[in-house]
Amino acid sequence: MLRQTSYLISRYNEPDGWSLRAYERDGGYQQAKRVLGGMTREALIDDMKAANIRGRGGAGFAMGVKWSFMPWPPKPEKPHYLVINADEGEPGTFKDRTIMEKNPHSVVEGCIIGCYGIGAHTAYIYVRDELHLSKERLWGAIKEAKAKGYLGKNPFGSDYAVEVVVHTGAGAYICGEETALLNSLEGKRGEPRLKPPFPAQAGAFGMPSTVNNLETIAVVPTALAMGGDAFSKLSDLHNLKDGGARLFGVSGHVNKPGVFEACVGLTLRELIYDLGGGVKGGELLAVIPGGSSCPILRADDLVNAPNEKSPLFPWHGKSVLDVPLGVDTFRALGTMLGTCCAIVLSTQACPVLAMHNLMRFYRHESCGQCTPCREGSAWIFRIMDRIVAGQASIEELDRLSEIADNIMGNTICAFGEGTAMPALGFLKKFRREFEQYIRTSGKSSSGRLTLPGHFAEAAE
Amino acid sequence: MNFALTPERESHLEEILSRYPNRMAATIPVLHLCQEQSGWVSEEIMQWVAQRLGISAAHVKGVATFYTLFNKEPVGRHQVWVCRTLSCALNGADALLHHCEKRLGVHVGGTTTDGRITLRTAECLAACGQAPMIQVDRDYHENLTIADVDKILDRLTRS
Repeated sequence: MLRQTSYLISRYNEPDGWSLRAYERDGGYQQAKRVLGGMTREALIDDMKAANIRGRGGAGFAMGVKWSFMPWPPKPEKPHYLVINADEGEPGTFKDRTIMEKNPHSVVEGCIIGCYGIGAHTAYIYVRDELHLSKERLWGAIKEAKAKGYLGKNPFGSDYAVEVVVHTGAGAYICGEETALLNSLEGKRGEPRLKPPFPAQAGAFGMPSTVNNLETIAVVPTALAMGGDAFSKLSDLHNLKDGGARLFGVSGHVNKPGVFEACVGLTLRELIYDLGGGVKGGELLAVIPGGSSCPILRADDLVNAPNEKSPLFPWHGKSVLDVPLGVDTFRALGTMLGTCCAIVLSTQACPVLAMHNLMRFYRHESCGQCTPCREGSAWIFRIMDRIVAGQASIEELDRLSEIADNIMGNTICAFGEGTAMPALGFLKKFRREFEQYIRTSGKSSSGRLTLPGHFAEAAE
Repeated sequence: MNFALTPERESHLEEILSRYPNRMAATIPVLHLCQEQSGWVSEEIMQWVAQRLGISAAHVKGVATFYTLFNKEPVGRHQVWVCRTLSCALNGADALLHHCEKRLGVHVGGTTTDGRITLRTAECLAACGQAPMIQVDRDYHENLTIADVDKILDRLTRS
C-alpha cells in the first residue's frame, strides 16, 4: 500500500538542506550522541535487528544481522573497518546519489553509529568517481561534523574515536560488488575475491569489515530515533522481516521519473502510476523492478503461488504489479527487488533492443577474471548484435539460453548471475517477440527504444 | 624522470596517504591527482606513482589499465560523456549521441581536430530519472533536448 514518507528526503527541496544547520534543526546527530553517550553495543545491534533493515544495495541481507557477524571483542592488532558502498551504477538506479547530494549528514551520522556497532574507528565511503557533487557534499559534511567535534578522537566528548573518509573509484561497475570494492579500496584492480573468507573475517586490508550500502547506513539514525520495532512496523512486510521505509526510483517511459520515499510494501503499480505519473507513450509493456540485473516482469504476468506456504500466496492469480515490493516477495516471483529502482518500458519499445542495450553494458563491465562471465557476456552480446542486424537464426535463441545457463553458478561473484538472469528473463518473457523479430529480420518490431517522434529533429 | 606534482598537489598527496593504513591504498587517488595535472596517465606517470608509493610499476599499470576513467593516451581539453544505458536509451540517448558526433565531426572516442573536445560514451551514470543526460568534465547535464546539447557544445567550442 502506498504510504509516502520523508525521513531521508525531507530537506531535498531546501536550497541548503544538505548543511549541518538544516540537519541539526531536524534533530540530526542526536542518535549518534545517544549511542556514543553510553548505549551498549548489544542494545544497539538488538535495535537494528528489530528494525529489519534489509540491505538497500540489492542483495537485501538483514543489516543488524550483518553487524552481529563481526568478531567480538575487537583485537587491538586487528582493527575493524566500516565500508560504505556508494558505487551506484546499476542501470536504472539513482537513489544513493540523491542522499549524498542532498542529505550527506545522514550518511556521516550513520557511519558514526555503524562504527560503534561493529567496533570500528574508521569508515570508508566508496563513491564512484563520476559523482563529483556527491563527493564534495560528503567531504563538506565530514568537515562540518569534525569542526563541531562530532568526529575525531573524542566525538561528542566520548572516548570512542571515529574518522570518516571518502574514497573514490575510477569507473568500474564491478566495484559495486563488495569484495571488488575492497580490492579497489586497497589500491588494487577491482576484481572480486573468493568467499570465504567473508568481509566480517577478512575484509578491508585483511581486517574484519562490514560493507553496507549507502542508503542502508543513512537510514540508521531514523530507525534508532523511532526505535527499531516501530521503524520495522512502518512496513507492510514487517512479518517477512522486511521493515521500514526506503527510497524507490522509477525511470524510463514514465511521465514523472524520480526518486520517492515510501513504506516498504509499495507495489509496482503504485510506483509506476501513482508516483511515476503513469506510462508515457503507450501502454505498459514490461518493467525491470530493481536495476537491470533483476529479471524483467511483463505487465500481463500473473502470480502463480497456489501453495499456502509461499510468501506470494495472498496474491495468487493477481497481477505481478500488485505484489508489494519486498526482498522475499520478489525473489519468490523469480526476479529480485534489487535496488528498488524500476525501469519502465512502454509498448512502443522493442524488447529485443532493450536486451541488446543491457547486454552491451554487461559485456563492457565484466571484470574479465572468470572465463564463463568474460567470454559468456561477450558471446551473448555478439549474438544479440547479429539478431538486431537480422543475421541470426531462431536456433541461436537456444544458444543464448545455453550460454547464460553456463555462466550461472560458475563465477567468483554474482556479476555472472547478474548478466545471465536478465538475459534468461528477456528470453523467457519475450520468446514470441524474439522469434518474430528474427523471422522478419526486425520488421515485426517498432525498431526503437524511444517513443515515436522523440528527438525527431536530430534525425534531420 | 621529469614528472613532478605541483607543490599544492604534493601536499594533497601527503594528506591522502594519511587516510590509509598502507601506501598501496593511495594508488587510485594518486593516479587521479596525476591525471588532474596532466590530463592522462603516461608510462612515466605510472612509474613515478610506483616509486612515490613504494610499489611495483607493474601493479600501478595493472590498476591504471583496469579502470575506465584513467586515460591511457592524451585526450581533449574537455570530455563529453554521453550515457547510453537503458533508461537514457529509452529517452533518446542514441539520437543525442549521433547528434554530438555530427556536430563535433568525430566518432565516439575521437577528439576534435582543435584538441578541444573528446566525445565518449558512458555506461549508466546514476541519473536515470533525469534521462537523457551527458557529463561534461565534472558536471552533469540532465533532462536534455537537442537544443540544450547544442548550447552546451557551443559553449565548449568557445572556451
